[in-house]
Amino acid sequence: MSRTLSAPVTVAFDYTRSTGPVLGRFLTGLRDGVVVGGRTSDGEVVVPPPEYDPVTHAATTDFVEVSPTGTVASWSWVAEPVAAQPLDRPFAFALVLLDGATRPFLHALDVASPGDVATGMRVQVRWRAQRTGAITDIECFEPVTDQAAPPPGPRSTLDPVTGVVTPVALDYTYAASPEESAFYRGLAEGRVLGQRCPTCAKVYVPPRSACPADGTPTTDEVELSQTGTVTTFCIVNVPFLGQRITPPYVSAYVLLDGADIAFLHLILDVPADQVRMGMRVEAVWKPREEWGTTIENISHFRPTGEPDAAYDTYSQHL
Amino acid sequence: MRDVAVVGFAQRQMQEFDGSPTCVELLVPLFAECYEQTGWTRRDIGFWCSGSSDYLAGRSFSFVQAVDAIGVIPPVNESHVEMDLAWAVYEAWLKIQTGEVDTALVYAFGKSSAGLLRRTLALQLEPYTMTPLWPDTVSLAGLQARAGLDAGLWDEQAMAEVAHRSLTDAETNEYAVRSGGSSVAELLARPVYADPLRKHDCAPVTDGAAAIVLAAGDRAREVRDRPAWLSGISHHVDPMSMGTRDLTRSPSTARSGAALDLDGVDLAELHAPFSHQELVLRRELGLGDDVRINPSGGALTSNPMFSAGGIRIGEAARRVWDGESDKALAHATSGPALQQNLVCTLEGQR
Repeated sequence: MSRTLSAPVTVAFDYTRSTGPVLGRFLTGLRDGVVVGGRTSDGEVVVPPPEYDPVTHAATTDFVEVSPTGTVASWSWVAEPVAAQPLDRPFAFALVLLDGATRPFLHALDVASPGDVATGMRVQVRWRAQRTGAITDIECFEPVTDQAAPPPGPRSTLDPVTGVVTPVALDYTYAASPEESAFYRGLAEGRVLGQRCPTCAKVYVPPRSACPADGTPTTDEVELSQTGTVTTFCIVNVPFLGQRITPPYVSAYVLLDGADIAFLHLILDVPADQVRMGMRVEAVWKPREEWGTTIENISHFRPTGEPDAAYDTYSQHL
Repeated sequence: MRDVAVVGFAQRQMQEFDGSPTCVELLVPLFAECYEQTGWTRRDIGFWCSGSSDYLAGRSFSFVQAVDAIGVIPPVNESHVEMDLAWAVYEAWLKIQTGEVDTALVYAFGKSSAGLLRRTLALQLEPYTMTPLWPDTVSLAGLQARAGLDAGLWDEQAMAEVAHRSLTDAETNEYAVRSGGSSVAELLARPVYADPLRKHDCAPVTDGAAAIVLAAGDRAREVRDRPAWLSGISHHVDPMSMGTRDLTRSPSTARSGAALDLDGVDLAELHAPFSHQELVLRRELGLGDDVRINPSGGALTSNPMFSAGGIRIGEAARRVWDGESDKALAHATSGPALQQNLVCTLEGQR
């Protein structure tokens, strides 16, 4: 058994960005099937055009259409492509000096093997059939063929490109700390485990690798009661995506007996408007056959029916 | 300017850390080593600054979790940079220069192995025309290596010599994740991985953390007979785009070096995650053959993201403490193909 528990996690987000006038001009060009560079004050023709002149710092306004054909200035071989790269088979990344430009442009080059690419070789843009105004409107470069790349069709009458959406998804193997792993393994056995700080004797649940007050590693494992006190709570009235319980319901901080930190859980089996600070509650577990290494083994907390805890017993834990 | 020295250094580097990406568990013993080296407790630390990245951790606010390792009652003076440890050192050095504090503990951590590192790092690129192509770190370094090969500035032999010296030196570094020199010929006989790079031309994916203690004037002299005085520190940045800079040069390194007095440097710890990058850096810093390069084995043998640059400062400092170096240079890099560079000098005499 490995020391820690881990699980795959994908973090994904569609980054939505405005382009501004310079990158907008470049991406509008790609949508129309032309490559647009910018002329800088030192006479360079740069692709993609820089937003501001590197010498004068003035906004770039002098745009130049360059050829979709050019020469490889440098290249490197991608033996093991990663997700979302322009090609899903081995390919080259290349810096291509397009005819009419003076600075090279980074993109992918579709060749079968490193033996098929060399600095100085002639390459041309392979346009994507459906273009949206994004750098990926160029599928990749390819070696020049007898047939020149098809000339661009009529310029679009659509509005200029003002924004791009870039989906990003990153895959991780996410590990819990050893203390968190012990907590989740405990839950899989129907136990709630915390850790006690050897310096200040505070008990943390879920446990942490170090006491946040003292910075001391929390080495002492403590099994906690499954009965506790509601310290504070809120009534959820607002529906949201992925909600599993029909509002109104109560989300509360429960301070387990013997713990010094309250943790968040649901209070059910009681009308939401009857939940109160100081209410005594107990864990309600799902059927054992549904247990895993997860806090969801505890379905919710419900009132025990005991008298409310005195305010002094939890006033230091709010 | 106040005299500020490096007086403490601790590190952990490993191929794969079996623990949470918040790395609290790695940091606690590092801080303990720093307290032991200085004789201080956490209450002697005037300022804390960390370097890390949520993209690497795969979760938001990972640096806030890491603060658990400090212990924050009573409250501490704390900051964070989404950059390498070396830039956290820079912020702490500035903080000490303000006169507000006399001491600082800077730390950094990263679990590179949690994701696919060379892909994750595409998120640091220009987001309109680069990131959507997902140019991976190794490919971008390969474009740079080829530019120098084609220009005749270096050759495969020179790159293999860098790798060979690094692997040999790493044999005495308990933290190196890759070590063991054999011969340049043997390295050249290995297959090309990401043409023109072989695997030993590329830093290994490494998890880890490191901590550095800074102190001003007498606080530094209390700790060590021979503190490593930060006699100069400077950093600059080159354009992000791969097409608008000469990849065989590193103007930001040259400019940082020119801001310092490099006369008398006898040892340099250079943060070169790819073998040819060491050749670029040596040229830009004008380091002669008599300067000992990367006695730790350098980043080619161990390169924990967000601490490997600062580890260069720590490795240089401890050689000044030991008297092995009178004046050491440390360099850290960040961004694609040596885009951002920090250079500092550490001296035994002040």
